[in-house]
Amino acid sequence: MVKKISTSLLLAMAAMMIHGTGWAAEAVTTDTGTTSWMLTSTALVLLMVPGLAMFYGGLVRTKNVIGTMMHSFAAMVVIGVLWPAVGYALSFGPGILGGFVGWEPKYFMLQGIDETIMSTHIPEYVFAMFQGKFAIITPALIAGAFAERVNFKGYLVFIALWSLAVYSPICHWVWAADGFLFNLGPKGAIDFAGGTVVHISSGVTALVAALFLGARRGYPKNVMHPSNLVMTLMGAGLLWVGWFGFNAGSAIASNLDTARALTVTQMAAAAGAFTWMVIEFLHHGKGTSLGVASGILAGLVAITPAAGVVQPAGAFALGAIASIICYLAIMLKGKLGYDDSLDAFGVHGVGGIVGALALTFFIRPSWMAEASAKVAGGWTVWQQLGVQATAVGITVAYAAVVSLLLLFIVEKTIGLRIGENDEMSGLDHSMHGEQGYGLINPN
Amino acid sequence: MKLITAIIQPDRLDHVREALIQADITRITVSRVAGHGRQEDIEFYRGQQIAPSLLPKVRLDIAVNDQFVNITVDTIIKAAKHGLGEIGDGKIFITPMEECIRIRTNERGGTAI
Repeated sequence: MVKKISTSLLLAMAAMMIHGTGWAAEAVTTDTGTTSWMLTSTALVLLMVPGLAMFYGGLVRTKNVIGTMMHSFAAMVVIGVLWPAVGYALSFGPGILGGFVGWEPKYFMLQGIDETIMSTHIPEYVFAMFQGKFAIITPALIAGAFAERVNFKGYLVFIALWSLAVYSPICHWVWAADGFLFNLGPKGAIDFAGGTVVHISSGVTALVAALFLGARRGYPKNVMHPSNLVMTLMGAGLLWVGWFGFNAGSAIASNLDTARALTVTQMAAAAGAFTWMVIEFLHHGKGTSLGVASGILAGLVAITPAAGVVQPAGAFALGAIASIICYLAIMLKGKLGYDDSLDAFGVHGVGGIVGALALTFFIRPSWMAEASAKVAGGWTVWQQLGVQATAVGITVAYAAVVSLLLLFIVEKTIGLRIGENDEMSGLDHSMHGEQGYGLINPN
Repeated sequence: MKLITAIIQPDRLDHVREALIQADITRITVSRVAGHGRQEDIEFYRGQQIAPSLLPKVRLDIAVNDQFVNITVDTIIKAAKHGLGEIGDGKIFITPMEECIRIRTNERGGTAI
């Protein structure tokens, strides 16, 4: 019986293949191995969003836990609708307006890709969905900077506008085949999985938003303790797991590049956490769970742009350097007094910039040799550093300016900063009419 | 000496806490509790007879010397009210307190509060 079914299946598949080849003589075929891994990666990246919700949710006060977790889930909802509608066309369509952004009418509602198999041997649907998860998590990262004090409606409008006006253009410049940063220098600005596109753009926006909206009521005089570090640790763990899809999926392959990306991702996360823990032992005498979670994130953020070009020793170095600099940045935040509540800039912005620049010194020799072969007179580390700095500088400047504009518009029209009364009651009550941690209730 | 026990809505906790600190009442114990008042009033209004469910509340315990009772109670009433007052805003109980002891110094009576 089983044999019969498998024979008929094989026959059906053969018929489909014959049909496929007959229909388009030079059609690219799907590679099942690559497609399987990319489907898995797509799911893994989405797993990072509830991970982020738990990470951030545990860090805020009890009265804001639902409101904060909803910031992540709202990104799944809002960007989940926007991305297939227009986001994919804006990011990966051919450049318009002088390459400022992409646009392809056929990509509206993903209509034009129903039968497309990409040159990487995966259906374009898989690629579009994989990239969609990146578009979802990026605005959710920003929410850490203005936690505990934003209007939910204002937030929804802000992330929608931000995704269209900031994420899509930067994504187009860095990752689309005709993007100008993708083609800067002999082998492009290196951003393997989203150092500039995801972490620097969201981190810088986070800083701008924290400054624009002002500190939470009572900050920094009142200490605001995390409501649930257990949940934060679980969130950090989910982020680490999901990051294997984020980085190792970004090769859009299932081969040596994937293995390299996965290995350096693992090493940088561990090195980041290890370094943060050692710093805390030296500085305070105790290693904290939040320190370990922050170190994991710092390492993962720093390796994100670099996962395609550095070797394990470089990954170790990047994780360690990122932790040291992020730790200093968060100490500096305390001195400067701005309220980046959950350190979205301190970890993602700073870690992303450190990764995107410092990776230059750890590029594997074969990559540099290929780059050198492409230009007369060779290509040096310092020249690549210039390319990296250009990409970082453009991302920082663009994200900062446009985000400030969007924040201003949303604040003046819908309102982004909530009133004092609502802030004291907490987001859960004032924005959602619910409360988290319901188990405290006996019935 | 009196023990003031107030049951308030969770979303007014920070309002009450800050108002008390402003009024120089700085010693306070807070617990999360569940309970209900005459909820059948609300249920009747909806035209259904249901046993009231337990709702989350916050309980404050404040021990004060007699001359501070009024200021404490007034402050709580003002800060715990929603608007002009709604069903469920809470209750305050005042009980006479026999003794107060500070564990660290073994002080007893009014100075220990």
